[in-house]
Amino acid sequence: MTQAITAHERDAVPEVTRLATGERGGAPGITSEADRPPDPQELRDDQVDGPELTARLAKTWGTEKGLIGALSTVDHKVIGRRFIVTAIIFLFLGGLSAVVMRLQLAQPENNLVGPDLYNQLFTMHGVTMMFLFGVPIGEAFAVYLVPLMVGTRNIGFPRLNAFSYYVYLFGGLMIWVAFMRNIGPDVGWFAYVPLSGPEFSPGKRADVWAQMITFTEVSGIAIAISTVVTAFKLRAPGMTLDRIPLFVWAELVNSFVIIFALPAVVTASAFLLMDRLIGTHIFNPAEGGDALLYQHLFWFFGHPEVYIIFLPATGWVSAIVVTFARRQVFGYIPLVLSLIATGFLSFGLWVHHMFTTGLPQLGASFFTASSMLIAIPNGIQIFCWIATLWDGRPVFRAPLLFVIGFFFIFVAGGLSGIMLASVPLDTQVHDTFFVVAHFHYVLIGGNVFPLIGAIYYWFPKFTGRMMSERLGKWHFGLAFIGFNVAFFPMHITGLMGMPRRVYTYMPEMGWANLNMISTIGAVLFFGSFLLFLHNIVASARRGALAGPNPWNAGTLEWAAASPPMPQNFDRIPVVTNREPLWAHRDTLPVVAGLSVENREQIVSTVTAGRADLRETTPEPSIWPFLTAIATTILFIGSMFTPWAFVWGTPPLALALIGWFWPKPSTEDEK
Amino acid sequence: MKRLVPLLLIVTLALAGCQGWQSALDAHGPAAHTLANMFWIFVAVLGTVWFLTMAALLLALRRRRPVDADPLVTDPGTEKRMTMTISVAIGLTLVTVITFTGLSYAAQKVLYSHKDGALTLLVTGQQWWWEVTYEDEQPSRVFTTANEIHIPVGEPVLIKLEASDVIHSFWIPNLTGKMDAIPGRQNQIQIQADRPGLYRGQCAEFCGLQHAHMGIVVIADTREDFERWRDHQVSSAIAPNDPERQRGMEIFLSRPCIMCHQVRGTDAGGKVAPDLTHVGSRRTIGAGTLTTTRGNIAAWIVDPHGVKPGVNMPTIQLEPDEVQPLASYLEGLK
Amino acid sequence: MTIDSVQPRREGALPPHRVVLNARSMPAYAYGHRSPIWWGTVGFAAAEGMGFALAIGAYFYLVFINGNWPLSAPPPDLFWSGLFTIVMLASAWPNSLAKRNGEREDLVRSRRDLVIMSLVGLVLLGIRVMEFTGLHVRWDQNAYGSILWVLLGLHTLHLVTDLGDTIVLTVLMFTRHGHGKRFSDVGDNAFYWYFVIASWVPIYLIIYWFPRWW
Repeated sequence: MTQAITAHERDAVPEVTRLATGERGGAPGITSEADRPPDPQELRDDQVDGPELTARLAKTWGTEKGLIGALSTVDHKVIGRRFIVTAIIFLFLGGLSAVVMRLQLAQPENNLVGPDLYNQLFTMHGVTMMFLFGVPIGEAFAVYLVPLMVGTRNIGFPRLNAFSYYVYLFGGLMIWVAFMRNIGPDVGWFAYVPLSGPEFSPGKRADVWAQMITFTEVSGIAIAISTVVTAFKLRAPGMTLDRIPLFVWAELVNSFVIIFALPAVVTASAFLLMDRLIGTHIFNPAEGGDALLYQHLFWFFGHPEVYIIFLPATGWVSAIVVTFARRQVFGYIPLVLSLIATGFLSFGLWVHHMFTTGLPQLGASFFTASSMLIAIPNGIQIFCWIATLWDGRPVFRAPLLFVIGFFFIFVAGGLSGIMLASVPLDTQVHDTFFVVAHFHYVLIGGNVFPLIGAIYYWFPKFTGRMMSERLGKWHFGLAFIGFNVAFFPMHITGLMGMPRRVYTYMPEMGWANLNMISTIGAVLFFGSFLLFLHNIVASARRGALAGPNPWNAGTLEWAAASPPMPQNFDRIPVVTNREPLWAHRDTLPVVAGLSVENREQIVSTVTAGRADLRETTPEPSIWPFLTAIATTILFIGSMFTPWAFVWGTPPLALALIGWFWPKPSTEDEK
Repeated sequence: MKRLVPLLLIVTLALAGCQGWQSALDAHGPAAHTLANMFWIFVAVLGTVWFLTMAALLLALRRRRPVDADPLVTDPGTEKRMTMTISVAIGLTLVTVITFTGLSYAAQKVLYSHKDGALTLLVTGQQWWWEVTYEDEQPSRVFTTANEIHIPVGEPVLIKLEASDVIHSFWIPNLTGKMDAIPGRQNQIQIQADRPGLYRGQCAEFCGLQHAHMGIVVIADTREDFERWRDHQVSSAIAPNDPERQRGMEIFLSRPCIMCHQVRGTDAGGKVAPDLTHVGSRRTIGAGTLTTTRGNIAAWIVDPHGVKPGVNMPTIQLEPDEVQPLASYLEGLK
Repeated sequence: MTIDSVQPRREGALPPHRVVLNARSMPAYAYGHRSPIWWGTVGFAAAEGMGFALAIGAYFYLVFINGNWPLSAPPPDLFWSGLFTIVMLASAWPNSLAKRNGEREDLVRSRRDLVIMSLVGLVLLGIRVMEFTGLHVRWDQNAYGSILWVLLGLHTLHLVTDLGDTIVLTVLMFTRHGHGKRFSDVGDNAFYWYFVIASWVPIYLIIYWFPRWW
């Protein structure tokens, strides 16, 4: 079956012993069921080929029709698509709340919204953008793309992945329904105590905030673990550590940051809930607690959070730069090391959010140094991308335009961040509109612009159709101008003394003109998103057909159909280069021998990416959805009574047993 | 073209940022001068970095090169040159970062080296106003006021910061950077004004409904003027001598006002709301919400929630003919 | 959204395949780090370990803020907690047997070990209930009481979770599903129990001994 290997050196496939471990499954000396030869009755993909193989695999891996089928699906692409769409809907909701705030601030002593609604609006804006858009959008792309890019058929833990999506969805719905019913949180996305504590926030508003954290973080950690396992264990044979696409590296590092950072905010919000609901005193200074402990816990999460939002974007940028520069990336190893360094450093910066709390001076200046030091790995990334473009042959399409916008905006935001890292300067600009300007440059520049580029880039893969290039260029122009008109003046407004989170200001402060400019910019910027929405809808219906690899890119997701079939690949690819499709233009080297009738995929070794096992992966199941429902009941109930843990646990336990109990027909799956 | 937009904004708006009565760049004290100078150094260096990086990007994008090469084939010479260039750029970044850290630490030392001042104040942030207590060795010269701080010009003044409910942040941008007031803790900050003037500030940490209306003014006077002001503030309120204000005082003392407010020299001894002994001498009421005029005082008393929604002052039922006397009594508490 | 409404469509050709490796002879599962589930367990243990570390960090932060510790309460009792610790540490032995017999795919012994581990878990849970009675402080008394209950509660949560998992797995092994990859699950369950043991040691020292040494 194996064809002769071409003479061209980079096409050469290494000998089988470097692609597979050849090890037994059971312990030495034990006759293990793992090593039983496959059932000869079972059809394998070395016995069938072409359209028949495609059709049979699609049946094995497909999602059933109907509502139960839709809720039972474990296909990472279906879940990933829902995830991306949900996160983008939240992006629009967050943007809408921002527009209302901007209209309120357009002129002094405006009466469009009062302080109560304004406080809910900026809380909802922050919460939505950080927890319901910022973190999930990176993970959502990982759910969709990481399995495709590493050349496998499903994500590490497909049912956990489905469960995570529903938990995230229910958490987001809960907080927005609460907002619609006027019990939306009004204590800021950071919910500092004592303002959010039992004494100063009676009612349920702060509880809604804290419990939404539990929802999104449970979801976030679970997906991060699935992503890590996918990137570690499910890589195509031959995909050694130094052949992992930079996007996957970014998502991998991001997942580690999530695993270690998110527990901090869960701890903070759990402590807050306990202080509020069962009378603990962890943050109550009168009984030995401390308000600053909350800030330490929150920012120990809160700063890595910025990188959780930024790291996936570096993956998008890397993918787009390489494809549109028509050159393999310059400085792959430095880029990977920069990602890892950013991940580590992100945990050493949290105190720079607390420079004005009166901390010991020497300690504070340590955090100045560490905060500025993060400029080094970020600088390396920026320079390597520019070098790739320098030595490449750039093709100016919409994705690259947004990446160029990213450079302009993000670098400016990063540099103003250097100012905030300095303790003395921070005392002037902290909690002013200067900071608002800074982090919107960082987050919109560092996440949203690359995201839009990524959507233009992968839309053909998701839908099979191209987005309109002409609208894309208009979209870019409007977004770039709108963004800068909205946010650049805020630097000045902040320096002129305007604090954040004020619902109005007086005419004599002299901030009116700048605020009016910002509002005009914000409306333009929001308008650019309406154009984007139109482009998405129109292109999904009538866009030009894309084909598997419309950009002639090099990574494995482009070796699948557009949109990919349920099985992703008819056979698992074998990887010999960082850009497999550039290295193998005529034929794709693949592994054969996997089941066509059961959901088998290759499990490989962590570093060398050598094929080790052919393991089955779970079938669709309704139980993850039911578990998410039970979890939601437990979480929401516990906001009202601690007894929810008593009556809420049995249904949850039952749902989990249903989830893990093997189906009679497929003995081996879990 | 597009990158000219921020550029033009910088030129036109940065100049505007230098002025304004709550501007961090319009420095009127030694600390604010240090910070403003440092700010401009950072802007100059970081602005240069931004322009250089963007120039490199644009050059990279506009560079002419042979078409249709294999994307996997790279030229070792080019790779080496790019490695060298990036290494130099990273080296320069490191030098910049280290310099900035040193500069920052030096400025931090200056900012937090509290000289012995002639004056120590205790400022307590509350939802949503500032209680100001002038400390003194003689207990009889200790007094409390609200939302307005008078300081002698050219002298360092130490401010102890506390909070009675939630976290607030004390910030007078023209004089120095901000410092949080945190329940259960005490922080310190020092302010000093170069010349006489009025410097506005406001709470910088989100503290609930009326975070937007939690202003404070610092009035720097000559030493003589300051002493005159202080001697007056130490004194009790002078009893009114015209009938309208006397009626106003009776209304004040017979209503729930006295549960929260204090007017030294009368029976009104409430401590949870601003001390009104010399409220008429202050420039604003409602923590910078309204200027102190009889009409504004009347408006505030009649409908505090209309002026400042959510404020802790309840609406007191008054007969229509009671408002005017009460307002003139309070306005007369000079 | 409209993205969902797009029909899958295949235009343009996918590259033809060239088979270079055959997976037929590869095993269907394996133990330890070769198995994805093991990595997932490590991942969850890492996230939860981070939660423990942060709770412990909060404990020492409060000690540092207050100076005197344990505020106004006497230190907690040593009897039940000592017994709990001894049983907990001793459970490492049957746990290691469960892991080994699981890897040997020895159904009879695995069943026996799992029953033992379930009983051990139940006994530990009983002792834990007694332990809560000897803390001499309520969670709503002061910050010391709060963080004490948090630490002990957090560990109890893990104890209960793993006990539930063990019992379900035990039942599973007595059904016709008790073969093949289930043995790998026995190993992963044992691995998680080690995490429950390992996380207890620092918490025990902090809750029961640190206030006496301070």
